[in-house]
Amino acid sequence: MEKKMLNIKLKVWRQENKDDKGAFKDYEAKGVNPDMSFLEMLDELNEELILKDEIPIEFDNDCREGICGMCGMVINGTAHGPKSGSTTCEIRMRHFKDGDTIVMEPWRAKPFPVLKDLVVDKYAFDRIMAAGGYTSVRTGGVPEARTSLVPRDDAEEAMDMAACIGCGACVASCPNASASLFVGAKVSQFALLPQGRPEAAKRVEAMVAQMDEEGFGACSNHAECEAVCPKEISIKGIARMRREYWAASIK
Amino acid sequence: MKLDSKVPGGPLAEKWDKHKFDIKVVNPKNKRKFTVIVVGTGLAGGAAAATLGELGYKVKNFCIQDSPRRAHSIAAQGGINAAKNYQNDGDSIWRLFHDTIKGGDYRGREANTYRLAQVSNAIIDQAVAQGVPFAREYGGEFANRSFGGALVSRTFYARGQTGQQLLLGAYSALMRQVNEGTVEMFTRREMLELVVIDGKARGIITRNVITGELERHVADAVVLGTGGYGMAYYLSTNAINSNTTAIWRAHRKGAAFANPCYVQIHPTCIPRSGDYQSKLTLMSESLRNDGRVWVPKKVGDKRHPNEIPEDERDYYLERKYPTFGNMVPRDVASRNAKAVCDEGRGVGETGLAVYLDFKQAIEDFGLQTIKDRYGNLFDMYKEITDENAYEQPMRIYPAVHYTMGGLWVDYNLMSTIPGLHVIGEANFSDHGANRLGASALMQGLSDGYFVLPATIGDYLGSEKLDKVTTEHKAFAEAENEAKERIEELLSIKGNKTPKQFHKELGEILWNNVGMARNEKGLKEALEKIPKLREEFWQNVKVPGTANSLNKHLEFAGRIADYLELAELMATDALHRNESCGGHFREESQTEEGEALRKDDEFTYVAAWEFKELGKWELHKEPLVFENVTLTQRSYK
Repeated sequence: MEKKMLNIKLKVWRQENKDDKGAFKDYEAKGVNPDMSFLEMLDELNEELILKDEIPIEFDNDCREGICGMCGMVINGTAHGPKSGSTTCEIRMRHFKDGDTIVMEPWRAKPFPVLKDLVVDKYAFDRIMAAGGYTSVRTGGVPEARTSLVPRDDAEEAMDMAACIGCGACVASCPNASASLFVGAKVSQFALLPQGRPEAAKRVEAMVAQMDEEGFGACSNHAECEAVCPKEISIKGIARMRREYWAASIK
Repeated sequence: MKLDSKVPGGPLAEKWDKHKFDIKVVNPKNKRKFTVIVVGTGLAGGAAAATLGELGYKVKNFCIQDSPRRAHSIAAQGGINAAKNYQNDGDSIWRLFHDTIKGGDYRGREANTYRLAQVSNAIIDQAVAQGVPFAREYGGEFANRSFGGALVSRTFYARGQTGQQLLLGAYSALMRQVNEGTVEMFTRREMLELVVIDGKARGIITRNVITGELERHVADAVVLGTGGYGMAYYLSTNAINSNTTAIWRAHRKGAAFANPCYVQIHPTCIPRSGDYQSKLTLMSESLRNDGRVWVPKKVGDKRHPNEIPEDERDYYLERKYPTFGNMVPRDVASRNAKAVCDEGRGVGETGLAVYLDFKQAIEDFGLQTIKDRYGNLFDMYKEITDENAYEQPMRIYPAVHYTMGGLWVDYNLMSTIPGLHVIGEANFSDHGANRLGASALMQGLSDGYFVLPATIGDYLGSEKLDKVTTEHKAFAEAENEAKERIEELLSIKGNKTPKQFHKELGEILWNNVGMARNEKGLKEALEKIPKLREEFWQNVKVPGTANSLNKHLEFAGRIADYLELAELMATDALHRNESCGGHFREESQTEEGEALRKDDEFTYVAAWEFKELGKWELHKEPLVFENVTLTQRSYK
């Protein structure tokens, strides 16, 4: 069966640097193979731009298999684009139709400043992790692994939460630019495991305080974050974070 | 150049403990006086930076991505080996060691591999304490599975995201040290040069990839945990930012490069589809636990796989290797896939694929069990190929995945440049000529958490290190080298994009230095590569400027380095006129087509010293086996 190649119109956010105002620019992607990944479509466009002495479009990406969390852009108004449970790099062009127009924008949130074109600075997430996203154990000074049993259901639920890739789609899609799903997922992973309990209270307080300091907004239960999360992390994580926070505050 | 492996004497099982006692230990109060640069934040680099920080050293840690959590260790799917023997199936440190050294086709250093097996158990303890949610049984015990090259279930896993979870564990420990102030984190930095002063590694030159600024960093020791060189092939399972510039620049400054021809081509990847393709996606080896590999018996059988009856299918791995079956090591599985495709029995549009079939497993265990085990992998396969692997077999084909070769290091993980340490995939040390599945995570974390933090003390505690600053002329020179290279790349303004060159180089390597190599093909590669390199420096077209985020400028610099490295890979492959592990020379095979080693001639590590572009001097480190007997590997 002959594959039908696609011709697509693109509206891409171009911004020289942090201080530039930025604007949309129109491009065309012709003869796009539907099996191509979205980023490969952009690669091909960039090859054309280079040969035409134009400046290629900058976008963050690394693993191209949906696990590193580096890529991400708003595609036609949705963080990571049209397919739920996927990162931008996992999207294939078969989700678009011939003649479609695709609008591409960077994550829009004050704590994630745009560095160039579709590239944003997400280091605020790392600062939240530095504030408390760990168990305070030293290398080597730990008990034998089997000394604490973890019921399968707890391990599975912890893994559901630990699946977060730190891509920032939750923030980008939230009307308040809240980082609650990101923080809730990490807090929950540790809260569900015996190894995370000893400093659970300290952790949730420190991470929430840092989240506020970075300028992320409060959660008002829109659940947009859950809808766009490429790892389909449930907002139950946010509920657990609140519970942990409340428990910590009455200690 | 003299290669001293510094392998301690005494019985194998006592070497590491004895060595830790014999080497210098830095007084805790003095540790703060030493600055250590760690480049890379993967399992090796991240674990090392965190642990060195805990020990009290001043650590400067660098990564190329926006966050240390992105390092490509994160993409490892299947698991991590350890000799815990929780399954009571006869595992032991000795068995893990033996499987690993045999899996590497007896081209690894015995003492290093034994140490790796010894340390493996502490890694699991560490990860659990960090809150890594390993898979569990209902009673709360660990679930384990088995991987290629082993007859025991020693692999710990966290769904299909084991690398991610272990990396996040190391990253958490690292961010804790950032918070404590012992580690200073530099993100979006690319190391462009190593700075050597009085013969010792004393710093690096980095480029801030956002501003383009070149920066000087001084230290008492430098640690590279920058991964392997599989990206030289253009198409691989590596990440877009994975590259070889850090180790290649160090090699040019005097670090010997060992066994560059040992490249692992992973048997279970999604086959290529078109020219536009930017990477190949791995399907975890764990799939071979339940999937059965086959091709049609008839050449050119174009029927839909579900229409090919049982007796017209050739389950060639089960047929040829009844003991290990579908669980043979990666090199054996890959070579056999190539062989059946060369016979014209390959499947799919291109004929470059074999089937991995779950029908039997679904019948035996039920659809839900298979979904629980591999659901995310099947989903990924569906998204990429638009095919449902629950209903028809997956198509898979080998792809470049891991490099066993790397910078030569001694037992202390120090290269031939004093003070330059190399850890994880970037070094050559633990896997011989082929790495077994679930052993990369083990080695990265072993080096990072347990080996390097102990051995680096021997260097810092015994070497007299003069005080130097970034004003030293060696820094100015190294910075200038980097600057000139960037300026030249931008000034050529030729007609071909960096990627076009990268693809061409990849084709040469894949065809001539790939799964099967021969003298003619290697000599051809050695003619083509320098020509392509010459053309690159005359005709590459790099867009934009040096003082802003410019991904294609970064790519161009890396490709320039692959164009040099590729020549060394082919040189090494040509010189090693034997087959071993991932290095298969067609001239050297058994009657059954298995890799035939020539132990009398080649039981050594080939360490290449850079002389000038295209010229190297070979140094040999003999491999001495006191505890295992070298045999023809058999997985029958």
